[in-house]
Amino acid sequence: MSQITPEIVQAHQLTPGEYEHIVSILGREPNITELGIFSVMWSEHCSYKSSRIHLKKLPTRSKLVVCGPGENAGIIDIGKDPEGNDYCIAFKIESHNHPSFIEPFQGAATGVGGILRDIFTMGARPVAVMDALRFGPLDDPQTGARNRRIIDGVVAGIAHYGNCFGVPTVGGETVFEPSYAGNPLVNVFALGVFRKDQIFYGKATGEGNPVIYVGSKTGKDGIHGASMASAEFTEESKQKRPNVQMGDPFMEKLLLEACLEAMHTGAIAGIQDMGAAGLTCSTCEMSSRAGTGIEIDLAHVPQREQGMTPYEIMLSESQERMLLVAHKGRENEVLDVFKKWGLDARIVGTVKSDGIMRVRNHGEIVAEIPSRPLADEAPIYDRPHTKPLRKVPMEGPAIRSKDLTADLFTLARSEDLCSKRWIWEQYDYMVRTNTVAGPGGDAAIIRIKEIGSSVAMALDGNGRYTYLDPREGAKLMVAECCRNLSCVGAEPVAATNNLNFGNPERPEIMAQLVEAIEGMADACAFFETPITGGNVSLYNETLGEGIFPSPVMGIVGVMKTEMPVGIAFREAGRGIYLIGGIGEADGVRMGGTQYAKQVVKDMWGLPPALDMVFEKQVQTAVREMVTSRVVESAHDVSDGGLAWALAEAAFDNLTGANIDVDSELAPELLLYHEGPSRVVVSTADGKSVETMAAKHGVPALKIGVTEAGRLKISNKGITLVDTPLATLRESWATALESKLEAEVHA
Amino acid sequence: MKFGVVVFPGSNCDHDAWYAASANLGHQAEFLWHSDSSLKGSDCVILPGGFSYGDYLRCGAIAKFSPVMASVKRFAAEGGYVMGICNGFQILTECGLLPGALVRNRGLKFICKEVRLTAATANSPYTRAIPTGAELRIPIAHGEGCYVADDATLDMLEAGDRVAFRYVENPNGSLRDIAGVLNEGRNVMGMMPHPERATEPLMGSSDGRMVFESLIQCYASQFSPAK
Repeated sequence: MSQITPEIVQAHQLTPGEYEHIVSILGREPNITELGIFSVMWSEHCSYKSSRIHLKKLPTRSKLVVCGPGENAGIIDIGKDPEGNDYCIAFKIESHNHPSFIEPFQGAATGVGGILRDIFTMGARPVAVMDALRFGPLDDPQTGARNRRIIDGVVAGIAHYGNCFGVPTVGGETVFEPSYAGNPLVNVFALGVFRKDQIFYGKATGEGNPVIYVGSKTGKDGIHGASMASAEFTEESKQKRPNVQMGDPFMEKLLLEACLEAMHTGAIAGIQDMGAAGLTCSTCEMSSRAGTGIEIDLAHVPQREQGMTPYEIMLSESQERMLLVAHKGRENEVLDVFKKWGLDARIVGTVKSDGIMRVRNHGEIVAEIPSRPLADEAPIYDRPHTKPLRKVPMEGPAIRSKDLTADLFTLARSEDLCSKRWIWEQYDYMVRTNTVAGPGGDAAIIRIKEIGSSVAMALDGNGRYTYLDPREGAKLMVAECCRNLSCVGAEPVAATNNLNFGNPERPEIMAQLVEAIEGMADACAFFETPITGGNVSLYNETLGEGIFPSPVMGIVGVMKTEMPVGIAFREAGRGIYLIGGIGEADGVRMGGTQYAKQVVKDMWGLPPALDMVFEKQVQTAVREMVTSRVVESAHDVSDGGLAWALAEAAFDNLTGANIDVDSELAPELLLYHEGPSRVVVSTADGKSVETMAAKHGVPALKIGVTEAGRLKISNKGITLVDTPLATLRESWATALESKLEAEVHA
Repeated sequence: MKFGVVVFPGSNCDHDAWYAASANLGHQAEFLWHSDSSLKGSDCVILPGGFSYGDYLRCGAIAKFSPVMASVKRFAAEGGYVMGICNGFQILTECGLLPGALVRNRGLKFICKEVRLTAATANSPYTRAIPTGAELRIPIAHGEGCYVADDATLDMLEAGDRVAFRYVENPNGSLRDIAGVLNEGRNVMGMMPHPERATEPLMGSSDGRMVFESLIQCYASQFSPAK
């Protein structure tokens, strides 16, 4: 048995205190395999040791929540089919940031694979994927070439995995900032559907039940992936490429079909995928949840190469593997299903009643650890937090535009606001024929064929806002997500979050995390969207430079299945109303806007001010207008302000607007401020719009009429912006591709 | 009419084809497992989209060896209707039921979008209900959908009136804008676009129904597919 030295402990990213705790749990010194097992289970990635005490502040319950945080995914009840069967959705968002920087294609692909397994391991068939992506600027002289290579690889990786697996990638958002150049973010949201009586949990119940391993063979890939995701990047990180796993979406597709079929036999007691920390995590978590023990022999684990040590087998993060527990005596029913699908399934162990995770190798015990302390007694830190990091002034430069129409073109060509068609055309967003609204709208809509309802999904996050004020930025993010859902007529019901932050051991970064969680908790409670699960990704830093604090929110809503009301103006001559009114803005509140970023090229001040009560009233009013079909289009005002919202509504049908308002705001603010609680609608029935708005106590300001081929915006009769739509749309439509094509010439 | 939808390991549009034929067109539809040789009395066999056997080696290259394909070949030889969509089209070319091959898109990227198609002939069981010159809005979703063949084959196809569909704006570099072709007997047709994804208004287009309706009409009138 090898001697554990302090150096070995440190190499496993465990502190001396954590090591002491391990010794006290075991009542002896661990061997190297046991140390490896503890190190991955107690890594930040698996244990949430820095965030856990704050995550408890998040609301997690409502009458629709069937399963909250702690399982593989959250579950929400969405209604009954005609026969009275209850249907549920399972959904979660997860990050694969670090692997995607080291190896963009495989990093992103396996990110998709991991979250899909989290969904179908519960028994749900995945029906939609969305992505929130963050990259460095594409035309940056220093990092541009690498940033272009990363986006190209990430998008291809997501496309490869999702398309082959057969799940539609129905939308998302992509943002570019210098702070992501050394640390891109790849957050993948997935959602699945199933019947409530067919939910499976990751529990190793029933003493004597066989433990079955199924899927790909175990190889040396991804060893210590979870610990890698829990450290900052250094120059050596690029040498960690072997730590990134390889994905095989075809194998995953077979696993999906076989697992769902095997579940329907009734012979499965519990099931969990092998994701981060592989066989280690699945064995100890399944037995810990069930209050049982588990014993496996590694000799039975299918291995890709000879001579792998127990340490390597237990820590491998080879993809497309599942661990399941069958009811004793019915294991052949399960094995037959996997055989039908051509998959390797082996009995590797047994459920015990002693609370111990015992790992043997050809009979010899190589690790023996109490499951519950390993899974649940990871250290929890209340890390010091001070004032959130913020290196920008409150007051910005005077904003004085030379040409407001030219500014609109600048926004249209910007990476953040330009069309993302180049990205989403690479995704099969229609497979399974449920996509009622795909990429490019405020929210995606997936119909659930079994019941008469659809599920709407929106992903949002604004790192600039959260950097300027983590608490308010997080609230704005929740509000925007819910507003996006309301614009398609869906009622927000539940949420999942991905917390992408820097190094939590720095108090000013920890403060960003704490304040963002608290803001999110407030807003989610207020909008009645409990958080049913999610992911925390810390140490998003390269060479000491942190990313903007970048929480990402995924919120789902439920609605009747019917033809969607989109963002686009449909006909000329319709009335355009701004629900919520023009809103308030000042110079300080302009500092986080797209106008500040793209036109002024600076950052300062505060994010827009949010009044949650008013926001909710606006959303309720808009939902009523959309579901009653009083409006022909609805689009919220967010990035780029009112002028940009009008432009986006105009592109699809080249039907623009002739707007004239009466405002005291400076033109730059009027056009480009990003105050929330505002939605642009077009209608042939202005009277009903006004009545509905009045009913909910919100202004419905008639600002103009739709007009073919042109966008004109005036204030008090003075023209501020005037452009033919065709040229504006051309700038917007081609910007991303032309920036990426620079790759060819670089 | 009864449709049989083949399920290969890795098929992922099998359910879509089944749903289009049964729920949207109102006909019988059943799944056919790749390792079974029975076609369960299908009147039309659909080879659906997806990534059969992972499409390792070459798209469709492994599927051609499956037991069900031996039955499909016999069925086709007897004049049975066989429709290959996307990966199904790739399989049909791989196993020699249709000429030509599908290679990587001109832009080297996967493309998913709605495209416009025209039926290049009305003389087929898959196009007879489509008005001449009508543009159909039907989605594509493929990485390897560029149709290629040597000039002699392409000339032969055109001379025999065997081009079933053409792209209005060629998205993938297919030679002579070909989106779908027929075999000599006109009972086997392969196309890269997905008509099953355009069979109800909720999906944004119902134009794909015309392909199915052609077939259903043809079956009902006992139209002989052979010239």
